[in-house]
Amino acid sequence: MSLRLTRRSLLAGAGAAAAASPFSFSIARSQETPIKIGFPVPLSGPYSSEANDQVRCAQLAIDWFNEGASRKAELVVRDDKLNPGEAATRALELIESDKVDFLCGSLSASVQLSVNQVASKRGVIYNSISQSDTINEASDFTKYTFHEALNPHMTAGAVARYAFKNAKGKKVAYLIADYAYGTEMLRGFRNVAKETGMEEVAEVRHPLGTTDYSTFFPRIQSARPDVLVVVNFGRDQLNTLKQATDFGLKQQMQIVYPVILDTQRFAGGFAPFEDVIGGGNYYWTLEDEHESAKRFNDAYRKKYPDQGVPSAYGALGYAGVYGLLNGVKEAGGAKTDDVIAAMETMKYDAYKGAEYFRKCDHQAVQSVLILKAKAEDKMRDKWDIFEIVDTQPADEQFLRTCEELGHKA
Amino acid sequence: MTVDLFLLQLFTGLALGSIFVLVALGLSLIFGLLTIVNFAHGQFFMLGAYVGAFVLGMTGNFWLSLIAVPLAVGAVGMLCERFLVRPLYGRGIDYPLLLTYGLGLILLETVRILAGTQGIPFNTPPVLSGAADLGFFFFPKYRLFLIAITAIILVALWLFLERTSYGLIIRAGARDQEIVQVLGVDVGRVWLVVFGVGVAIAGLAGVLAAPIRGVFPEMGVPVLVEAFVVTVVGGMGSLLGAVVAGLAVGVTVSFTSFFYPEMATLSMFLLMALVLVFRPRGLFGRAGLLG
Amino acid sequence: MVERSATAGPPARTRPGGPAAIGAAYDFVDRHRVAIAILFLIVLPWLTPYKALAVNILIYGLFAMGFNLIYGYAGMLSFGHAALFGLGAYGCGIPIAKFGIPWFLALPTGVAVAGLAAVAIGWFATRSRGIYFAMVTLALSQVVYYIVFQMVWLTGGEDGLRGVSVPALDIFGLELSLLDPTAKYYLILIAVALALWLFSRILQSPFGAVLEAIRENEKRAAACGYDVNRTRWAAFILSGLFSGLAGALYAIHLSIVPIETLHYFTSAEVLMMTLLGGMGTFFGPFVGALVYILLQDVVTVVTVHWQLVVGILFVVLILFFPRGIWGSLLHWLRP
Repeated sequence: MSLRLTRRSLLAGAGAAAAASPFSFSIARSQETPIKIGFPVPLSGPYSSEANDQVRCAQLAIDWFNEGASRKAELVVRDDKLNPGEAATRALELIESDKVDFLCGSLSASVQLSVNQVASKRGVIYNSISQSDTINEASDFTKYTFHEALNPHMTAGAVARYAFKNAKGKKVAYLIADYAYGTEMLRGFRNVAKETGMEEVAEVRHPLGTTDYSTFFPRIQSARPDVLVVVNFGRDQLNTLKQATDFGLKQQMQIVYPVILDTQRFAGGFAPFEDVIGGGNYYWTLEDEHESAKRFNDAYRKKYPDQGVPSAYGALGYAGVYGLLNGVKEAGGAKTDDVIAAMETMKYDAYKGAEYFRKCDHQAVQSVLILKAKAEDKMRDKWDIFEIVDTQPADEQFLRTCEELGHKA
Repeated sequence: MTVDLFLLQLFTGLALGSIFVLVALGLSLIFGLLTIVNFAHGQFFMLGAYVGAFVLGMTGNFWLSLIAVPLAVGAVGMLCERFLVRPLYGRGIDYPLLLTYGLGLILLETVRILAGTQGIPFNTPPVLSGAADLGFFFFPKYRLFLIAITAIILVALWLFLERTSYGLIIRAGARDQEIVQVLGVDVGRVWLVVFGVGVAIAGLAGVLAAPIRGVFPEMGVPVLVEAFVVTVVGGMGSLLGAVVAGLAVGVTVSFTSFFYPEMATLSMFLLMALVLVFRPRGLFGRAGLLG
Repeated sequence: MVERSATAGPPARTRPGGPAAIGAAYDFVDRHRVAIAILFLIVLPWLTPYKALAVNILIYGLFAMGFNLIYGYAGMLSFGHAALFGLGAYGCGIPIAKFGIPWFLALPTGVAVAGLAAVAIGWFATRSRGIYFAMVTLALSQVVYYIVFQMVWLTGGEDGLRGVSVPALDIFGLELSLLDPTAKYYLILIAVALALWLFSRILQSPFGAVLEAIRENEKRAAACGYDVNRTRWAAFILSGLFSGLAGALYAIHLSIVPIETLHYFTSAEVLMMTLLGGMGTFFGPFVGALVYILLQDVVTVVTVHWQLVVGILFVVLILFFPRGIWGSLLHWLRP
């Protein structure tokens, strides 16, 4: 008996266990082989709650497609451990061994770039659902690369336009995590700062994964900014806000984040986030405006009654798989070149209003929400944490031009 | 840089250093006597924060959690010493090191299973929240409290080591274990207590850091590295070294944050590399120990 | 120096007594250890769930073998080997991705970069002993991590290095596509097999004997007239070359170099693999890499709490099988 057999039986066992767990892998019942979508996300580690919500939501997109479809779709979930090397290995497994038709997923810039490399070389479409400017650029982009997530340029731009317009004064300071995500966001903010005549009084780059931010504050406080733009992610975001509150920074300046995380607000208590402004791809109250958001939320509530509402990151899992399968529907099959052609021309409304992929870089052109964290006494219930204060519409003018990205017209 | 700003940066560094001192103390204590490099130290720090959050959630009393945490975490530590570490005494330093590494993974994953992966809120106790006017600048009360309680813990530990019979045995044991054994002291029990105390201080540091750093499963990972840097700079096994080096590393990180913020973390390692090159045993390390 | 009396060193050539059949088999395996190891690696991809995993086992096995030279054979516990593995990967990946240099030049470049780093790190580190040696190597590898992290224009920084494309190899007119998983495995195996042979030769040389003499008793070795520090330094450099080769192959295998290759977690992982398989044994590191990687892969499919399983495995191993899997097996079989 070879290990290969052992693994098959193990996988079957895992499938049975998963069926009992909150997210079940759909098993196609039709005679045809199912359309397989490989879904590597960081199921273990610090972002596991976000990743698990992405799996839940991705499954909803599969359900949406399978309803009435003759050839069913199926999700093949793998743990990428938030590690690009592991993710590349898993992508190889999904392509070479599981023979997936498409890939979707990732929660960090480096992981998506590595999956993109592996997938592109082997001619497999990859729809990335995590922020990065680099993946749209000519050096990393191939025709197999799609990017459903927002990118830092459009996010930072949207937040900056709102925050700088509503600022009490003209001075801005930046506290930036020292890596690609931070640098790309900073570039987006600076562009708008130049246009709107903001004066930059401090730029502080902190090492990734810093636990105590207090040592960076004196320099920022002494510069007396009106707006403090902080760019970091996950627990770094929560810790920065907690400590900034202790040091009284919030009384002195408006704190602005390019992306404000609902999951971190739930994890860290509500006080540190109060009055902070930030961007987002999705917030569940969009259902008041958009039919598609309502449909998505209702499906979520029905299938996962204990989970409340979908998170912004979960919603990206939905949109990523939805985009691929919508392409399959339009193309009338899962052939790679047909699906690429369909995705390049289609308009789709997955969960937040109309979107489409720009032809030159396959970036999803979409709206960006500006959110403000509600004060605790203004919240109606535990899910009522943000207010949508503004929306930047879906428009290519908010993206870098194809030439800027290095694509030949 | 103005005088005010200099003082603020210095104070911030000292407050940061207080946490470093606390995590390094336990590590150094255990190493000094047991010659065990406790790789699960960061996870005991994390465990302390979780136990603290649990007690705080049950009772609403921060002070009670400060008492409960060292007791609970110390007890867990003693169990680990008794059943896992003890069989390895006398088998060199790498086996205990690798065992505690595995133990750390077990603690981390167990907390993830029991308390979830997302982390839990831990608010600053109301009486210590807000800022105090120090004349030159405003400084968060909680961080002042942190400096003060570190001093209190240091005094208590000093009294324990200098003024109690247990302390006497520990100090004697650190000098010469064989003599102590010959004198008929049950060294096993001393080791048990030392491991427990060292780990309890790590747990206490965890709950003290919780209002600043939050409570989440991976919070112990950077702490282990920080504690190592401090211990190595101070000299492994030297408590005085842990205190001096902890504050020195805190101040170094603080001033690097001002002038070259992106180098803040690296500055720690550069300091360690420098010390090791010029004084391979650390600032206060004893010659001969594992030489 | 740390005592390591519990460790099984590489077995001696012949040992009289004991059941003759086992003794003969043992001697046979021992005498043909390189050939048998290579034979095993030839069938390995048919035993793993997918080929990419087999390549990982091959590469990490090589890395662990290089690490074993100083940890198992010379008794030096390094916590900085990620720097050597990672620099090997970047040293091979950057020429390909940024300068379009062919693979057969890039591969030795990666090995050379790692070797140079080992010369520098080893010069500082081998002057200290025991736990201080571990800490110096850790500190210096962290410095390497931050330097590579900061040089975004060359290394890609946190995003990692992309574009290490070696789509097809032209070997004496024979076209082999690296996109074909089987071809990729056997091409990498050629490099690993050469390394295995070389490693075995090093162990059999007088140098290998001196290394073990130093591990067992440094003072006696010094009294015998051996330059202890130079030998330790040389061992560190050799270990760096093997680790660098593993890193270079890793870059070609995944077509990316993640910054995580330089993280101290990588140093911890290679230590775990070596220990799991059996330090100071010739084939132990490969067994360790095989079990560690395979177990993690299988456990990850079943539960997200794979670290719990790894942790328990570790504790059990240290407490009950300190010789590691292969080391314990050799110990039982030894006549």
